[in-house]
Amino acid sequence: MRLWGVDLGELIELTLDHIYLAGVPLIVGLLLAIPLGWLAVQRKWLYGPLLAATGLMYTIPSLALFIILPGILGTQILDPLNVLVAMTVYTIALLTRTVADALQSVPDHVKQAATAMGYSPLRRLFAVDLPLGVPVIAAGMRVAAVSNVSIVSVAALVGVSQLGILFTAGFNRNAMGPILIGVVACLILATLFDAIILSVSKALTPWQTSRSGS
Amino acid sequence: MISSVFDWLSTPANWEGDRGIISQTLTHLEYSLIALVCAALIAVPMGLYIGHTGRGRVVAVSIAGGFRAIPSLGVLFIAVLLLLPRLRGELAFALPSLIVLVILAIPPILSGVYAGIAEVDPAARDAAKGMGMTGSQVLWQVEVPNALPLMFSGMRSAMLQIIATATIAAVVGLGGLGRFLIDGQATRDYDEMAGGALLVAALALLVDFVFGLVQRFVVSPGLTKTA
Repeated sequence: MRLWGVDLGELIELTLDHIYLAGVPLIVGLLLAIPLGWLAVQRKWLYGPLLAATGLMYTIPSLALFIILPGILGTQILDPLNVLVAMTVYTIALLTRTVADALQSVPDHVKQAATAMGYSPLRRLFAVDLPLGVPVIAAGMRVAAVSNVSIVSVAALVGVSQLGILFTAGFNRNAMGPILIGVVACLILATLFDAIILSVSKALTPWQTSRSGS
Repeated sequence: MISSVFDWLSTPANWEGDRGIISQTLTHLEYSLIALVCAALIAVPMGLYIGHTGRGRVVAVSIAGGFRAIPSLGVLFIAVLLLLPRLRGELAFALPSLIVLVILAIPPILSGVYAGIAEVDPAARDAAKGMGMTGSQVLWQVEVPNALPLMFSGMRSAMLQIIATATIAAVVGLGGLGRFLIDGQATRDYDEMAGGALLVAALALLVDFVFGLVQRFVVSPGLTKTA
């Protein structure tokens, strides 16, 4: 079956590739940003340098990063690993500040109560600070998810399979159809990612019933 | 692999001439600044109006939120396919790209200006009104100076977005550092691609650094502690 010059089977395959390339870095990036953000809050002198360094990573344009990474990782330029690593870098860059903000958003009296109850710093992080920081972290995750979905499509220029391939294919054939389908598919994916994060955040913060999750 | 990239970067011939590194860097900067100024001319007055009057807040927030989802490469191709047949001469290749650069830069500037004005301490605004300042005096003497940190961060993310998209726009014929990335790929010359990519990254870092410096001088020292 074809829709505006795009084979539906191909569309599904490209969408799955896109979900993989934008989604996996989101989770890996969060897992790496949590210790970094925690470190930035725990060791005050690290706060400035750590956030400055992650901010610098976000400054590098995506196409440049996709091309520089093979030289550093020793991969082929077509290797999807470059895109995964690049997106993880961007996710860490966004989320380190978010995690630090989230941990600092926990009221002091709550932290003191946990400490007085005998929680070690690490146990307090997982049992108190992170659960209470979920709304702030989720807000950062939503920004990262939506921008990941749109940045991944640039990887079409280095030939990595995902929805952006529809852009280059459509352009080369002078056909608007595939480009429009690609843009719409990207927008739908971004909305989907956003909705998933929002509902996970709501499920994790049952006490926030009257307010919105972000 | 790395050393041959630096060989490419340190070859004087690659720096000279009208397709050399220096000339492409200047072209990249030129397009980026033109796009930033055009976007600011549209977005700053809109942001000031929305922030000051509170009208159209929903529009500002949804534009700012939605823009991140827009894939710039797709929009670029759409603009070229739509506009190229209708344009002639030298501008035909640059204009569609420039329009896209401007469009993509509007949301971050708009949300920076709007949020900056909206988040000014209400006490400061009330005090200004209580002192008998007129609406435009409050805007220019109280709200804008207080909003500068967020306005700058909006400008900086707009500029980074522009530099990144201008790089991509080499694929539709725009001049600038993106040429090395795209042309290098066409001739399977990884050294040229990676050299160009390093230059683009350096340009982005440098421009952001300069904007940061300007911000330091322009923003009131009373605000920098919280910003």
